Amino acid sequence: MGDVLMAGAIMAGLGVLLGAMLAFAYRFLRVPEDPRTARVEQLLPGTNCGGCGEPGCRAFAEALTAGARQPSGCTVAGPEAVAAIAAFLGVDAGALDRKVARLHCAGGKAQAVQIAAYDGFESCRGAHVTGGGGKGCSWGCLGLADCQRVCDFGAITMNDNGLPVVDVDKCTACGDCVVACPRDLFELLPLRQPLLVQCRVPLAGEAARQLCTAACDACGRCVQDAPEGLLRMVDNLPVVDYASAVDAGPAPTFRCPTGAIQFVAKAQFAKQEVRA
Amino acid sequence: MKLPFTLRSFAHGVHPHDHKQGTEHLATEHMPFVSRYVLPLAQGGKPAVPVVGRGEGVRRGQRIAAADGFVSTDLHSPVDGQVLGFDRHRHPSGELVPCVELQADPFSAQEVSAHATVDPDGLDGDAFVAHVQRGGIVGLGGAAFPAHVKYKTPAGRVVEHFVLNGCECEPYLTCDHRTMVERAADVLRGARIVAGQLGAKDVHIGVEHNKPDAVAALRANVRPGEAITITPLQVKYPQGAEKMLIEALFGVEVPAGKLPLDVGCVVNNVGTMVALADWFDRGVPLIERVVTVSGPGVRRPANVRVPLGTSVRELLAHCGGTLPETCEMVMGGPMMGSALASIDVPVLKGTSGVLAFTAAETARGSEYGCLKCGRCLDACANFLNPSVLARLARAGEMKTLEANFVMDCMECGACSFACPSNIPIVQLIRVAKSAIRDERRKEAGKS
Repeated sequence: MGDVLMAGAIMAGLGVLLGAMLAFAYRFLRVPEDPRTARVEQLLPGTNCGGCGEPGCRAFAEALTAGARQPSGCTVAGPEAVAAIAAFLGVDAGALDRKVARLHCAGGKAQAVQIAAYDGFESCRGAHVTGGGGKGCSWGCLGLADCQRVCDFGAITMNDNGLPVVDVDKCTACGDCVVACPRDLFELLPLRQPLLVQCRVPLAGEAARQLCTAACDACGRCVQDAPEGLLRMVDNLPVVDYASAVDAGPAPTFRCPTGAIQFVAKAQFAKQEVRA
Repeated sequence: MKLPFTLRSFAHGVHPHDHKQGTEHLATEHMPFVSRYVLPLAQGGKPAVPVVGRGEGVRRGQRIAAADGFVSTDLHSPVDGQVLGFDRHRHPSGELVPCVELQADPFSAQEVSAHATVDPDGLDGDAFVAHVQRGGIVGLGGAAFPAHVKYKTPAGRVVEHFVLNGCECEPYLTCDHRTMVERAADVLRGARIVAGQLGAKDVHIGVEHNKPDAVAALRANVRPGEAITITPLQVKYPQGAEKMLIEALFGVEVPAGKLPLDVGCVVNNVGTMVALADWFDRGVPLIERVVTVSGPGVRRPANVRVPLGTSVRELLAHCGGTLPETCEMVMGGPMMGSALASIDVPVLKGTSGVLAFTAAETARGSEYGCLKCGRCLDACANFLNPSVLARLARAGEMKTLEANFVMDCMECGACSFACPSNIPIVQLIRVAKSAIRDERRKEAGKS
């Protein structure tokens, strides 16, 4: 009989002790959490893509309620979602400077010279480390869809010309394709400046043109036709100053002999000649 | 005569057919001079800096580019001629890289204008290292790592054994074999020079036993009482990897991430010794090398002594051209060599072979699921688990790959060779390693 009572007493004692510890923790070890964080997290897309620069949506929600970031920092949420969060928190949404992934190459099957057939492992990186994949240009797109495979949002599709087309509405600028491309051809660029150099060949003149009909041959006409400071030549390629607020329109692209510089408002390669 | 299975070797590895019958008994011939030579500035280590100008006349053997830093070597002209320019040309890797382009002088006798000969015994450590660097000498086994870097031993490190690699475990290749047979005296001369400088107690030359004439030629040139041992080894791939060779010769494992020097060894290829003997005794820098042209697609397989910068197209034409059914060209051996995207690429210091294959050799069987048979584990000389690495690589699990020592893989391809399911194991690992290196480089650039 004594054993049973003893067991009951031990359990009761444990209950009291642990209860006291819980009460202590509730009272003195409490971490105050902003109750708005959970609501803001619900309003965010919940993709945890990392495009905002925070480790995930929860961390971004905490930064928002703490006032450290602005709602427009989320690259996935559309304007309505951003406005909803701004209204809920009663803060300024911030300037919505949307970015999308752009490919610095227009050398598809119809444009770039192919010097050998690649019959190896189906991956851009595999081709890149095996004789350059047989593409004459050692800077251009290999067309084996490594970027399409890593895109979590289904924003990249390979067109018949062997080039990846980024769906501007689906792209969240998470940067996965930038990492996946073995030739570093993707860059996250602001939508407000549609001028885009679709080439990475550091050669000039004939040397560039014999690699690809869409290659930049460094003639420099786009730089002459652009407002001062918007474009400059670096290593035989024009570089657009995306920080500049100057709106030059499509004028700098008019005299480009190869179409290497383009005025791209929506998806790339819309007007390009295609050979399947 | 020992029975083959009693010979020494390393643990694990594979036995591909060696396919050396086509060229192993053919004496090395000389490649005739052609009209144009292209020499990439990066040939082992950091790219060299040109020291001649466009249009300038150069002599055969004259220095045309100077080493840039310690891990870099000088580059010399392989012909009497004129500098055409410094444009980009296609490299065997497929990339367009900065090169020196030379026009050969058609009226020249193409005699080497030799540099002053140097007695290596009169040089102290640093002067010796600098002189090797001036000779443009790199490891001729295929990796083209600057030779002098290995001779600069950190203070306090003792080199016990100087090891020469005459394994030539890659199928088809016979350039080292012919070098050992035809120039055994120079191989040993180079070995004596380096062993003397490093203070090594003895010299060990490992030769796979499918080259008995090379073993005999080397042994005939060893002086009585000299501490030079020629050891016939089992025929097994990848025995020519320096860590495997050390294990085969001494039964000692070089730990992962360590160098042969950590177990008291320095390893060189036999061809490198001939280059050293030429440089010290005759004043001829590294301006040509022996290349094996072979494979079922070549009309007249041969071992050819080729001036550096000769285009592969000219070299193949010298060997009777290729058969029309040739569908793949490989530079290097068939196991570790790389497919060529173009034959308008130059022969480099590290080019050991040019192989032409037809559909029969390059056919890839259809891929099946992993059977968990473990043959890749028995093949891997580094004791990795290639099956797991391949699956992780396919899943893109980079962090887990690194935790499973993927960076210790030397990409020898024994796992892919052993796999009965035709899984492209080494290809998956290679791609993953390239992605990991890229990421590391980007992170280093950020911070």
